[in-house]
Amino acid sequence: MADNKFPSPHEIEAIPGTEGWERMYPYHYLFTTKDKERKEYEKNAFWFNDALHYPEPMYPFDIIWDEAWFLALSQFNTRIFMIPPALGIDHRIINGNVYITPVPVTDPEEVQKRIPLFMERAGYYYENWDKLHDQWEKKMKGIISDIENLEIGPLPEMEDISVVKNGLGTSSGYELLKNYDKLIDLGIRCWQYHFEFLNLGYASYVTFVDFCTKAFPDIPLQKITQMVAGIDVILYRPDDELKKLAKLALELGIDPQIGSDAKDVETVISELQGSENGKKWITAWDEAKYPWFNISTGTGWYHQDLSWNDNLNVPLSSIRIYIEKIKAGKSIDRPMEKIKEERKKLITEYRELLTTDEDRQTFDQLHGTSELVFPYVENHMFYVEHWFHSVFWNKMRNVASIMKEHQFIKGTEDIWYLSRSEIKEALWDLVTAWATGTKGYGPLHWPEEIKWRKGVYKKFKENRPVPAVGTPPEVIAEPFTIVLWGITNDSMTAWAKLKEIGDPDKVNELEGFAGSPGVVEGIARVCRSVDDIGDLKEGEILVAPTTSPSWAPVFQKIKGVVTDVGGIMCHAAIVCREYGMPAVVGTGQGTAIIKSGMKITLNGDTGKINIER
Amino acid sequence: MEKRYDYVLWFEECDLKSIPLVGGKNASLGELLKANIPVPPGFAITTRTYERFLEQGNIKKEMFRILKSVKTDDVESGEKASKTIRTLIESTPISDDLQDYICEFYRRLSKKCNVPAVPAAVRSSATAEDLPGASFAGQQDTFLWIRGVDGILNHVKKCWSSLFTARAIYYRAKMGFPHDQVEISVGVQKMANAWTAGVMFTLNPATGDRSTIAIDANFGFGESVVSGECTPDNFIINKITDEIIKKSISHKTILYTRDPESHCVIKQSVPSERTDIQCVVDKDAIALAQIGKRIEKHYGKPMDIEWAIDKDTPGKAKIMILQSRPETVWSDKKIEPVMKARSSALEHICAGLVTGKKVN
Repeated sequence: MADNKFPSPHEIEAIPGTEGWERMYPYHYLFTTKDKERKEYEKNAFWFNDALHYPEPMYPFDIIWDEAWFLALSQFNTRIFMIPPALGIDHRIINGNVYITPVPVTDPEEVQKRIPLFMERAGYYYENWDKLHDQWEKKMKGIISDIENLEIGPLPEMEDISVVKNGLGTSSGYELLKNYDKLIDLGIRCWQYHFEFLNLGYASYVTFVDFCTKAFPDIPLQKITQMVAGIDVILYRPDDELKKLAKLALELGIDPQIGSDAKDVETVISELQGSENGKKWITAWDEAKYPWFNISTGTGWYHQDLSWNDNLNVPLSSIRIYIEKIKAGKSIDRPMEKIKEERKKLITEYRELLTTDEDRQTFDQLHGTSELVFPYVENHMFYVEHWFHSVFWNKMRNVASIMKEHQFIKGTEDIWYLSRSEIKEALWDLVTAWATGTKGYGPLHWPEEIKWRKGVYKKFKENRPVPAVGTPPEVIAEPFTIVLWGITNDSMTAWAKLKEIGDPDKVNELEGFAGSPGVVEGIARVCRSVDDIGDLKEGEILVAPTTSPSWAPVFQKIKGVVTDVGGIMCHAAIVCREYGMPAVVGTGQGTAIIKSGMKITLNGDTGKINIER
Repeated sequence: MEKRYDYVLWFEECDLKSIPLVGGKNASLGELLKANIPVPPGFAITTRTYERFLEQGNIKKEMFRILKSVKTDDVESGEKASKTIRTLIESTPISDDLQDYICEFYRRLSKKCNVPAVPAAVRSSATAEDLPGASFAGQQDTFLWIRGVDGILNHVKKCWSSLFTARAIYYRAKMGFPHDQVEISVGVQKMANAWTAGVMFTLNPATGDRSTIAIDANFGFGESVVSGECTPDNFIINKITDEIIKKSISHKTILYTRDPESHCVIKQSVPSERTDIQCVVDKDAIALAQIGKRIEKHYGKPMDIEWAIDKDTPGKAKIMILQSRPETVWSDKKIEPVMKARSSALEHICAGLVTGKKVN
């Protein structure tokens, strides 16, 4: 299907007033017409907007994670596991939005050559999964501890006498450069580990999905996922901790002190200090923080995704929701037994419906492997995107404070408008000036540049990006692309349709993935971030760019969910299936089209949303 | 006087063991009820009633005298005998005590259905039906939309007499099957007064997926769905989780119903306010699918089922199964594995990767 449903990447023009935006991003991320070969390659590939990870345009600094996974995913496919038909995923950027494309192995002979290599290499991982996974967990905990212990402090007027007496031989200026490098290195390394298992996990899952849909053409994807999904998933732990704290508050009778959202966390804690029971509760609250409050209120991909630790009012507010639920006589516990039973029932009964011994054998093989690998798919996010990232952003804020102190930037949050290599250069400028006792050049350059970049970014944000550019392929083999973005003919057609929509106010029907079954009608509430969840009223339908575990308590209040991004495995879909609540995910532009207060009908069986206007 | 159990039995009281008393058809309705499959309610008038009727009417001797005169090579003699015997049976009054049993049960059936003088199907149920090589199934008559005690009694006699059609007489004579050993029971069953009806497959007829149940439904009797005269509402239900996976609500134009005057089945337009609404609510569609699952389990194979949702019967029992037979299209296909067997999951994964996923 080489008909041009999508514009050529080279046709997209800069938004007026943003000319020169390219310098905010790595030069190799730009589409180019300068070289004929590169231009042809770019035109013939299919580039889709990675709105799953980036519902908003990229800040120059935040692109670090994009570069990190660009490298990590690609290397594992192409050079380490030798996935036979799939190389890496290539990246570009247009007007601040990241576009990606899976790169296939086009030569059939080359595919054949890669097969035995893949069998040996991937085979080793599948066979030694548990052992390697234990090792992985140790590595992850190791780098998390490294980053937690990394000190990035202000530069002193005069070095401490200990520098002399210990014969240290280095200065705080040098340490700053070194630790900044180390911080970045830890981040990149963390993302190397992130992909060690992920694609093998997806490959196994995709194969199981393929078998199930061939054997049972009507099987909903959610049922397949339910058959392999873990039950004690680490991502539920933070929320479980809040439930425990809610119960404890009631047990200790200190729920009146917890009060309502009008009461700030500091006030609550200081009041609780006044009583024995209050102190008991504070101990439990403090214990829960590490590591469980390192959960991001967003996806963790963006610097502005604060963790619970960064804003303790967020978990406290969730505890209040749980207290109310318990008081109203409702159960807040996940129905573990029921979930386990349902899972077992699905596995046994689908298996029983197979008609040949061969099929039962294949089912057992593929289900077994998927079940083995799936916990990783579900759990890695806690370590990487939540725990590691939450610590990482704050370490970067330490760097920002130093830059602010030296007038390189006006506010700490300005640092995100600089790329990581620009920061490195600026730090050189800063420490050499500090060392020399002169004024750096940075204060003359960066504040002005940042002011301009802020203007550009604002325009990027107002712009609605095209969902895809280039030429759609006939076959996609890259497991990541299939599972995460759900790139299928259907989704591409849906995107093509969306692209043609000029006026979002005229859209009455939206389509996404059927994330969780059921049909519900209700009033929509658009929450762009977790900060908006206070606006949600009981029984409304949540419309959000995406959700994360820190949104968990919200699910107790609402009766349906619509998200812009995400496939069948996204957080919203998983949680809604558990709560038995309909969800349509990956609608592309749900938050752009649906407005708070609109009456919508959400069909989690078909993935359709109707808007009443 | 003997117990009523010798003369009339609710279908619930019948099972395969009671074939000699209630015949094959009635017994199988009892079996379905035992498997929790709802069928329209009704009762069986036993073979004992038939015998007692012959005794009380004192007509047995006369009948067998006539039958003896029938020659196997003479079709005409058979037909003549048939006519005489049938007239004899139909003109002989049923005794008061037997009438009491039948009428009382009919009254109770009407009460059960919340309909005065409930329209019923009166069907013969022969004991020889299930004998190998001597299938009399379908040789006895069925009478539909019969109302009132007189109608019931008359048609019960018609069923009894249907044991003596020329064909049945000729057949028994030819097979050397003694006439006095064939007995007959009669079933009186509520006519399904369908609000909606249709068919159900315990697999998806479009894809062959055995994890789903497909239901086609329209207002009125099932004829409009069976004949394909109407695009029905369609439900695809997951057999394992009892969830509706897919639902298409069609524009329904015609329906079949009963003319209240003539009791004939007539075709009508669907009232305009109902053409586009879902004719079976989700809850009922799911309940129907659950029944479908039980029927499939009972027979051990995918089934093709005719069903109705009754207008009269109150409560849960309103869903009724009218007929079920084995599905043939997908079930008769050669069974082949979904995927070529391989020695390990890894082999499958590798093969899957190499094939990739077709985008269109």
